[in-house]
Amino acid sequence: MNCRHILGIFYRNIILIRRSVPKLFGLFGFITVELFLWGFITIWVQTFANNGANADFILLILSAFIFWSMFALSQRAFSISFLEEVWSRNVINLFASPVKLSELVLGYVLVGVAQAVLAFFYITALALLLYTFDVWELGLYIIPFFMNVLIFGWVLGVVTIGLVVRFGPSADILAFFIPFFLLPFSAVYYPVHIFPPWLQRISVVLPTRHMFEGMRTTLIEGVIPLHDVFWATILNAIFVVLAFLFLYLMLRLARNRGYLSRLVQD
Amino acid sequence: MQILLFSIISTLLMTTILRVKGLTKRYNGFAAVDRISFEVKEGEIVSLLGPNGAGKTTTVQMLLTLVSPTSGDIEVFGKDLNEHREELLSMMNFTAPYSLLPYNLNPREALTVFSLLYGMRDTKAKVEFLLQEFDLTRLADKRIGRFSSGEQMRLGLAKAFVNNPKLLLLDEPTASIDPTTARELRAKILELIRQSNGAVLWTSHNMREIETVSDRIIFLSRGQIVADDTPQGLKQRFGQEDLEEIFITIAREPLGSSP
Repeated sequence: MNCRHILGIFYRNIILIRRSVPKLFGLFGFITVELFLWGFITIWVQTFANNGANADFILLILSAFIFWSMFALSQRAFSISFLEEVWSRNVINLFASPVKLSELVLGYVLVGVAQAVLAFFYITALALLLYTFDVWELGLYIIPFFMNVLIFGWVLGVVTIGLVVRFGPSADILAFFIPFFLLPFSAVYYPVHIFPPWLQRISVVLPTRHMFEGMRTTLIEGVIPLHDVFWATILNAIFVVLAFLFLYLMLRLARNRGYLSRLVQD
Repeated sequence: MQILLFSIISTLLMTTILRVKGLTKRYNGFAAVDRISFEVKEGEIVSLLGPNGAGKTTTVQMLLTLVSPTSGDIEVFGKDLNEHREELLSMMNFTAPYSLLPYNLNPREALTVFSLLYGMRDTKAKVEFLLQEFDLTRLADKRIGRFSSGEQMRLGLAKAFVNNPKLLLLDEPTASIDPTTARELRAKILELIRQSNGAVLWTSHNMREIETVSDRIIFLSRGQIVADDTPQGLKQRFGQEDLEEIFITIAREPLGSSP
């Protein structure tokens, strides 16, 4: 065994990690988020058990899981549509074509809708079959909930594309990481009141927090919380505008600094 | 004399397709392209020549709106490229060895996608025509990822003709092709571009290729135009019979010392 060979392999990979902000972010970010997530889940389960369960815990967890998966899928489908062009070195052809930025985004939205609808019907049927869990118990709340979930997924998809344009192909890790980063702070598997006060105040800006709080209210109390639907929709509308602005600025920066050609060279 | 006069008059009458004026691109103070100006007229094939790092690819990328100029103007058919981006890009196309087509599609699918992106109608007939013209029919159902570099280059050229471009930008279009195929492809490019009465801006390191196809050659060195003439005119001006010798002379010379 040649130690220099091993050192060569080690050195080659350390260079990659050291140079890439997204890779460094992935390295420390994942474990930090996991720590937050499992900490909050533990607190919630403990509180739930101590107070005596007055709601169907399985229903809450499975509903949260299904809609969070839809959110992550929506974001991923959107981001990967663009990353496919980067990975296949076709992205230059795309940006040198007469396609407008809005047309590009709408095309990806269409891909996202098709995939999300298919996956939603598949996963709800599977949940019914395996756990006799009927997601339609959410009633009419499903419509604004599903729409908001998809739209916020696209918002993060647009942000991911902007980051890939800015940081190059090595930022593709963000396509898988970004939704996960929001997971602990979106009150998906636990109610927002278990957060420390400072985090409760910060999480107000996340549409996902309002969506999942609303989902729990609907399942536990049987009423549609209109204020949650309202805030999730308003925040989503604001984030759509901000995400577009972000992508526009990143593309302008990329054109000024020559980053677009780097997308097929890195 | 009559032929020369006829040539001058017909050049003057030709429509200007591309007009570049004072085009500059700076990166942190370094001028990758430095105040270049040139025109390409209808039916003309103009080559951009120069050593590595001379600014050829940056120029092509500015013409494709992939890179924003620091200063200067680009006009296509008299319209500002920045203001009429979509309209003008639909009349242009390009191929370059660094820009491939999706590896997980086959040529028929890829050309259909690009026909749609360029807003073409009668997509199916156009795709079949291009597959035939570029000898890709037998490969039409093979994944592009399995193509040799020569086959990829042929497909890249087929894509470049998907919208019958009026201005074609070819960045080293025959870089990885054997001489026989390169000759066939050059003939095909010239045939198709003449049919559409378009113009070509061609970059290459293959001097024989440049000499064969070019009506005019623009020499770039360190971001600046150091010569702009016909192949014959360049030979006379530099007193060399071989374009490659002229290339080497220009590449070695400091700026401003060309004859």
